[in-house]
Amino acid sequence: MKKRYGLLMSMVLAAGTLLSACGGGEEEGSGDAGEKKDDSFKVAMVTDTGGVDDKSFNQSAWEGLTKFGKDHDLKEKEGYTYLQSNAQSDYRPNLNNLIRQGYDLVFGIGFLMQQDIQEVANQQKDAQLALVDSVAVGEDGKPLENVASITFKEHQGSFLVGLVAGLQSKTNKVGFIGGVESELIKKFESGFKAGVLTANPDAEIMVQYAGDFNDAAKGATIASTFYGKGADIIYHAAGGTGTGVFTEAINQKKNGKDVWVIGVDRDQFAEGIYDKANNKSVTLTSMVKRVDTAVYEVSKQTMEGNFPGGEVVEFGLDEDGVGIAPTKDNVSEEALKMVEEYKEKIVNGDVKVPKTDKEFETFKSEM
Amino acid sequence: MDLMQILSIIIPTAIFAAAPLILTALGGVFSERSGVVNIGLEGLMMMGAFVGAVFTYFGETWGFGAASPWFSFVIAIILGALFSLLHAVASITFRADQVVSGVALNFLAAGLTIFLVKKIFEAGQTPYITHRIFRGDVPFLSEIPIIGPLLFTKAYITSYLAIALAFVVWFVIYKTSFGLRLRSVGEHPMAADTMGISVTKMRYVAVMLSGAFAGLGGAVYATSISGNFTHATIAGQGFMALAAMIFGKWHPIGALGAALFFGLAQSLSITGQQIPLLKEIPDVFLLISPYVLTILALAGFVGRADAPKAIGKPYEKGKR
Repeated sequence: MKKRYGLLMSMVLAAGTLLSACGGGEEEGSGDAGEKKDDSFKVAMVTDTGGVDDKSFNQSAWEGLTKFGKDHDLKEKEGYTYLQSNAQSDYRPNLNNLIRQGYDLVFGIGFLMQQDIQEVANQQKDAQLALVDSVAVGEDGKPLENVASITFKEHQGSFLVGLVAGLQSKTNKVGFIGGVESELIKKFESGFKAGVLTANPDAEIMVQYAGDFNDAAKGATIASTFYGKGADIIYHAAGGTGTGVFTEAINQKKNGKDVWVIGVDRDQFAEGIYDKANNKSVTLTSMVKRVDTAVYEVSKQTMEGNFPGGEVVEFGLDEDGVGIAPTKDNVSEEALKMVEEYKEKIVNGDVKVPKTDKEFETFKSEM
Repeated sequence: MDLMQILSIIIPTAIFAAAPLILTALGGVFSERSGVVNIGLEGLMMMGAFVGAVFTYFGETWGFGAASPWFSFVIAIILGALFSLLHAVASITFRADQVVSGVALNFLAAGLTIFLVKKIFEAGQTPYITHRIFRGDVPFLSEIPIIGPLLFTKAYITSYLAIALAFVVWFVIYKTSFGLRLRSVGEHPMAADTMGISVTKMRYVAVMLSGAFAGLGGAVYATSISGNFTHATIAGQGFMALAAMIFGKWHPIGALGAALFFGLAQSLSITGQQIPLLKEIPDVFLLISPYVLTILALAGFVGRADAPKAIGKPYEKGKR
């Protein structure tokens, strides 16, 4: 009896592990590719737990890489590929695996990978790595020579959606919901606040951090509080917590209140749809982050022999790295005009968008 | 902001966040009362949330319209019960360590659900569902002064369902012969066996009931709160439900109270940052307050909690 049970248990466990691994699809690229020392350029990326079809970051990065591969006649799985991470513990083995296979450039997608990239970069001095959304530093606090750090000027994109919110708020109250309070999310907050006040100096802005990127219930509760206090537009930079904001907004809309959400990272129009037949959505607009552009550009530079190792490559409005979503159904003409106007001013350097609390205070006092 | 306005924000959100926890905790009560530890609640909830999102989505395409979520609830209940059979077979028939097989259930659910999502939708997450459980005002009751706006406006029907079910479960466990048998199996299985009660059968039924309730809890979460299913939809809610059940001393009404208390603490910690006076407290303290309150409540105010006597012990006929 005992034996049978043991077998059963181990089968159940094995099935669980196997199945979760299956989810990743083609895990093992071509294992012997590294041995055939060919000279053609090879590039790969490691996803975080979202996978390349997460409709967000990883997907966007993979689209960029695929486009790069197609444009330069690389073959999928040989010239360009990805490895999926199903848990944070997969980051390091995946990175090492790709380096060993001889990829000339390996991207780590997402700031969660920072620690692992740093460790791997220290161990494999010859490898060329790139980290998206964070800056890889060595123990001395200086950027690592063999890592290109890719960041975005989220504050600029957030400023633009802030303008829209400021102009289109009827109650003159808007809200910002952040995931976890950090330097990165502060950029969203500061840029947004600056945008709102530029368009509407009398606006009141509520700000709250959920302390979590994956708690939809928390997102809904905060949104409910904001809407309850009279805000009619909420900008979220909170990942999975943000889905709760959409749920709450749809609920309010169904009960006849005129409320909106501003999406983040990509065009989130679909999340906010409450009337499928007429394609009506609570998504006012979204701040998009073009990870695909960034991945493409850095791959290209590296192929041309200009690997930006040890540098922080920033993608902002002028590099088309951030911007406002293509779906503009709910944005007024006036707001669009203002967005265009300020886009130019930011690119020219006439307007300097704040990215920290301190810079925001200065920005406010100079208004 | 006056007090009334503050309460009208805090209380509805407390009830709203508590519904999935209440349902899942009730499932736990059934299982543990019969003497089977169920760590697998998390996995069962994950299954439920997966089924809730997927079948609501299919229900929509099959033309069920607004009935789609309810259709998915039925499927979630059935599949939850079936899925929990794995735990039942391992821990009752094969007398496995109940904690281990519960954990196996959690792992299996985490892998299986995401695997199936990828196979069905070729994406890491399900599409968003249009027909969710939306909230509205309860007719007539919302007109009552004071308690009307607090308890019966902006409410989800699933929340009332969960609260009502807690009382039903209480009645079943404490007022019916089925309930008496269930409890006796969990307290002293040998005595129950001597009296002609089939311990194995009772425990199977109890574990399947826990699967059904946890499945429903997960489906309610997916259809009312998250609106889709991803790997992160259920992240710890099952364990919170388990804690609520223990906090509630393995009693349905206790579990209900504990889940509502968790919801209230959660809601307070979130809305607190927007309320005058409480706003002065640093965010961190508000965010940790639900957990601190729980520890305080467990340590100080609840008193001794007695688990069912035979919990965690597989029953072997004739063994002294």
